[in-house]
Amino acid sequence: MSGSLRTPASDRRPKNYEMISVQNLTKRFGTKLAVNDISFQVGVGEVLGFLGPNGAGKSTTMRMITGYFEPTAGHVSIDGINMSDEPSRAKEKIGYLPENAPLYDDMTVLSFLKFAADLRGLSGSAKTTAVDKALETCFLKPVRNQSIDTLSKGYRHRTCLAQSIIHDPEILILDEPTDGLDPNQKAEVRNLIRRLGETRTIIFSTHILEEVEAACTRAIIIDKGKIVADGTPEELKTKAVDAGAIEVRIDAPSSAAAVEAELGKLASAKRVSSKNLGEEGGAFTGCVIPKGKEKAGKLASEIFELCMSKGFSLTELHQNPGRLDDVFRAITRTGE
Amino acid sequence: MEIAVRNIKAVTKRELVAYFTSPIAYVIIVIFLLVSTGFSFWVGDLWDFGDASLTWTFFFFLPWFFVVLAPAVGMRLWADEHRQGTIELMLTMPIHPWHAIVGKFLASSVVWAIALLLTWPIVWTVQYLGDPDMGPILSGYLGAFLFASSCVAISMAISAFTRSQITCLLISVAVCLGLTLLGYPQIVDQFMKMLPANVVDGIADLSLMSHFLDMTKGVLVFRDILYFLSVIVVSLLVTNIAIRAKRA
Ligand SMILES: Nc1ncnc2c1ncn2[C@@H]1O[C@H](COP(=O)(O)OP(=O)(O)OP(=O)(O)O)[C@@H](O)[C@H]1O
Ligand SMILES: [Mg+2]
Repeated sequence: MSGSLRTPASDRRPKNYEMISVQNLTKRFGTKLAVNDISFQVGVGEVLGFLGPNGAGKSTTMRMITGYFEPTAGHVSIDGINMSDEPSRAKEKIGYLPENAPLYDDMTVLSFLKFAADLRGLSGSAKTTAVDKALETCFLKPVRNQSIDTLSKGYRHRTCLAQSIIHDPEILILDEPTDGLDPNQKAEVRNLIRRLGETRTIIFSTHILEEVEAACTRAIIIDKGKIVADGTPEELKTKAVDAGAIEVRIDAPSSAAAVEAELGKLASAKRVSSKNLGEEGGAFTGCVIPKGKEKAGKLASEIFELCMSKGFSLTELHQNPGRLDDVFRAITRTGE
Repeated sequence: MEIAVRNIKAVTKRELVAYFTSPIAYVIIVIFLLVSTGFSFWVGDLWDFGDASLTWTFFFFLPWFFVVLAPAVGMRLWADEHRQGTIELMLTMPIHPWHAIVGKFLASSVVWAIALLLTWPIVWTVQYLGDPDMGPILSGYLGAFLFASSCVAISMAISAFTRSQITCLLISVAVCLGLTLLGYPQIVDQFMKMLPANVVDGIADLSLMSHFLDMTKGVLVFRDILYFLSVIVVSLLVTNIAIRAKRA
């Protein structure tokens, strides 16, 4: 998305300054525990991805951070301001895109953004500039005078996103910001998040794992109201079961089974898994899992030496970096 | 304080624009003008009544129209916010929920102020027919405005509990009708047969109708105004409780 945004006050804060602090946050609906004692901090310049299966409690957590839901227990502080004690001051700092992008259907895009600007305390030329900039940033110029109830889903989403950045907030909380957007717009929103994230603090939830790798500096996986993983996308990926495995393709004069047997004998190999489906001559395709992730490098050189000495030809060799969706599935499927 | 005024103004403006960009406000105002003037000419016999005050020829009928039409104005105020999910936007803005509640209430009472002002030709009519005493007419109009505003406030409170406008409309009409009938002579007589007199007086005192009739007779009692204002304030408080309950 285009348009330049001014540098916020948070730019002057140290990089590790805690803009959002969530402590022992709990939310109970009747007997249902939607969020169960969650704590985490988010610093300036961090883009935090919220992952988790449906019903994990992502939206509920975001609603408590933005002050919509009152927590059953625990508290939220925004730039050092307690949300329960001084809600208006804390809310001023946040731009929020709720799930499903709610909008007033009886307004036009322009009048809706003006209304949002009014509630944000903007007036006069500051208001005009802010509305213009938001329209431009979210590519809404062509539909500015269209009634919201006639907008397509993607445009509705962008209108609500425009509302969240209209006051140029230091903190952005975006609940599934790319939901319903076309691939070009998805990429634009990711770029916007990355660009804004350099100087601001952003939490966004998503079900698209590539998005996390593309835009986040950190990811939290929530399941059944609890944090089950927290780290950079790279750290999380190494938790995949076959992360670090060496994937190979080896052509041999003998059979694939012979290659598999030889690979199994290597000192650093823990297990060999073949991807050969049927009779493929002497070609072996599969991966070798090292005894511990730190042994991966050694294993690769052993495979290389094996091929040299036995006269196999090694046509492919690379290390599996681990895939986020494998991690996601492994972590959130337990106890189902 | 300045901030509160600014926020209330923004909310009121949005709601008023919403009322007048959709047909709802026009439809309600037109229906109201037709039935209120229609009744006073044909049922109220405005031409022949001889009495130039509007108490029995015009004001007397108004509560029945308010009871049905005012909830139609108030029903969308929060039901729509719940249905569209926009309440989540509204309440995560840096405004106090009271600003939104008061702003919405003011917008809907402005709709009624406009509707009532548009009935003013009936005053010209009685001025043409005779020499009316303007005191009761003005206090009657004030009473009518407070009556309509009370019904709107009640329906706003009910709309804060539901996402369905039609549910809100039906319950609001029932509540407003009940509050109106409490003071109606036939109903009071029925109560008289069952309950001690002071209890009946207390119940009748809760009626929107009896306070309104006092005001149309030109008995501009501070007590009546206070009564309507307290109905409004209680409704706004209930609205606030309903909204808090949804978030807790
Ligand atoms: N207002 C509510 N009343 C009762 N239960 C609720 C309410 N809001 C959420 N829940 C419940 O809390 C749990 C967490 O819901 P939440 O919307 O936070 O999930 P989520 O992680 O955002 O899921 P999704 O990926 O589907 O958006 C769910 O079981 C849901 O049914
Ligand atoms: Mg959600």
